[in-house]
Amino acid sequence: MSVNPFKIEPCSLIMVASTLPVLDFLKGPVWTLQTFFQLSGRALANIFRSPRYGSDIALQMDIIGVGSLPLALLPGLFTGAVITLQMARALNQYGASGQVGQIVAITLVRELGPVLTAILVAGRNASGMASELGSMKVTEQIDAMRALGTDPIQKLVTPRLIATAAMLPMLTIISDFMGLVGGYIVGCVMLSLTSGPQFWSSAYQALDYSDIAQGLIKPLVFALVIALVGCHYGMSTTGGAQGVGLATTRAVVVSSVWIIVITFFIGKFFVDFN
Amino acid sequence: MAAPTNGSGRDVLLKFERVTVRYDETTALDAVDFEMRRGDTCVILGAAGSGKTVLLKTALGLIQPDEGRVWLFGRNSQQVEADELRDLRGRLGILFQEGGLFDSLNIEENVGYPLANQKSLRCPADEILPRVEEALKFVELAHTLAKVPSELSGGMRRRVGIARAIVTQPELLLYDSPTAGLDPITATTIMALIAKERDIRHTTTALVTHRFQDGQLLANYRYNAKTGRLESIKPAGPDEEGYTRFLVMKQGTIVFEGSQTELEAASDSYVAKFGKRMAD
Repeated sequence: MSVNPFKIEPCSLIMVASTLPVLDFLKGPVWTLQTFFQLSGRALANIFRSPRYGSDIALQMDIIGVGSLPLALLPGLFTGAVITLQMARALNQYGASGQVGQIVAITLVRELGPVLTAILVAGRNASGMASELGSMKVTEQIDAMRALGTDPIQKLVTPRLIATAAMLPMLTIISDFMGLVGGYIVGCVMLSLTSGPQFWSSAYQALDYSDIAQGLIKPLVFALVIALVGCHYGMSTTGGAQGVGLATTRAVVVSSVWIIVITFFIGKFFVDFN
Repeated sequence: MAAPTNGSGRDVLLKFERVTVRYDETTALDAVDFEMRRGDTCVILGAAGSGKTVLLKTALGLIQPDEGRVWLFGRNSQQVEADELRDLRGRLGILFQEGGLFDSLNIEENVGYPLANQKSLRCPADEILPRVEEALKFVELAHTLAKVPSELSGGMRRRVGIARAIVTQPELLLYDSPTAGLDPITATTIMALIAKERDIRHTTTALVTHRFQDGQLLANYRYNAKTGRLESIKPAGPDEEGYTRFLVMKQGTIVFEGSQTELEAASDSYVAKFGKRMAD
């Protein structure tokens, strides 16, 4: 018999759904949403409560931040390079090849840098969290933790949440910079579209504070999505190895989809705000 | 707060009152009533999926019942604050079916985990290692301090689980299928350790098992500290300390409660299946 660690009173929508057979299909998604928000609320509230597991946070920062560094470096470099490559012909047609730095900077800092880095980090870390916590769940380690006086959300979820929120913006900054380097290599060294100083100057001039804010708020929100979705599916795992595999797949798919959906809404907010 | 006593004058450490636990369409526990008094040994038998593990996890407060009340050391475990529930759990020891050892910690850290994390135990940091060594020595695994669980065999992991359960010297010990998946020799070793712990520290013990021999051993043998061996004894009566009570579960309900003799004489075909095997 599987044990749900989030067992709580059913919410009114589930009760309504259970009384109307036609709404039965809603019970699963509503239940998942309810347990997700309950976990999220507790994990966020635990940030301000003791005990604080500093060594666990540092360990997770190392795993998520340092471990994901290659994901920020290489894809960032080639994203900037490919943007420049594809834009070169169009810019030449309009005699605007000197603006290549501006295009690369805006595209990367506002959108592609945060989204691509987050999706890659989700693939690596949301899956890692779901599989690690899922394995702990099915081998009763989470039950043991609760029985031995530790809140598993405080010990396992909150450190991952803090570590992801701290590391993803940094990885995004690194990825953005590598993208600009990639753009510089293709635009200035390979295609000679513009000079180096002009490339960097136009890139710098193109960005205003709202772009920087957007480029930093997005990874922060994506970090919450990655950590909470990964941990949610891990903590909800049932069954054996198959359940762990399913939780891992769901964590990656759901977090990646939400990253793409959320980037639209944050982008829309900044467009309206500007 | 002192636990209430019943007619026998011994504290009631654990009491279930019409406890029901449901999962979607499945009823895992159905209006279960039972109690454990200090010094009792309770053997819970039943087929797979009959609700034995859910019963133990509900006793621990890991599962909240949908109906009914669970009294742990005289406190209603559904109505106490989270901190108090953690304190109550500090008076319990549990061995999980899967062992529940933390993969990322070594054996010393695993066994010392409750001492380091149960605030109510107030164990000074310098006392943790000696107590861990003592518990590991009890299960004859003193040499495994620096190993990690994956380096140990299934039986050794189960023994480490016992060491972690007893390191806090709990008043009530819950064992969830401690011999499941082990060979008969290792299983007997594990059961001998459980009997030894019960008889040396007089710990109230609940044992969930599907191996009939396990209950038989607890009911008919006592550990003699002088000889260091298990000795055959005459089973204690219902109102005597050391009484071993048998419960048989079927589809979330307790369908039998009584002594070994009563179990062996049961006429119900499901219950008799356990009793007859015990009598063999």
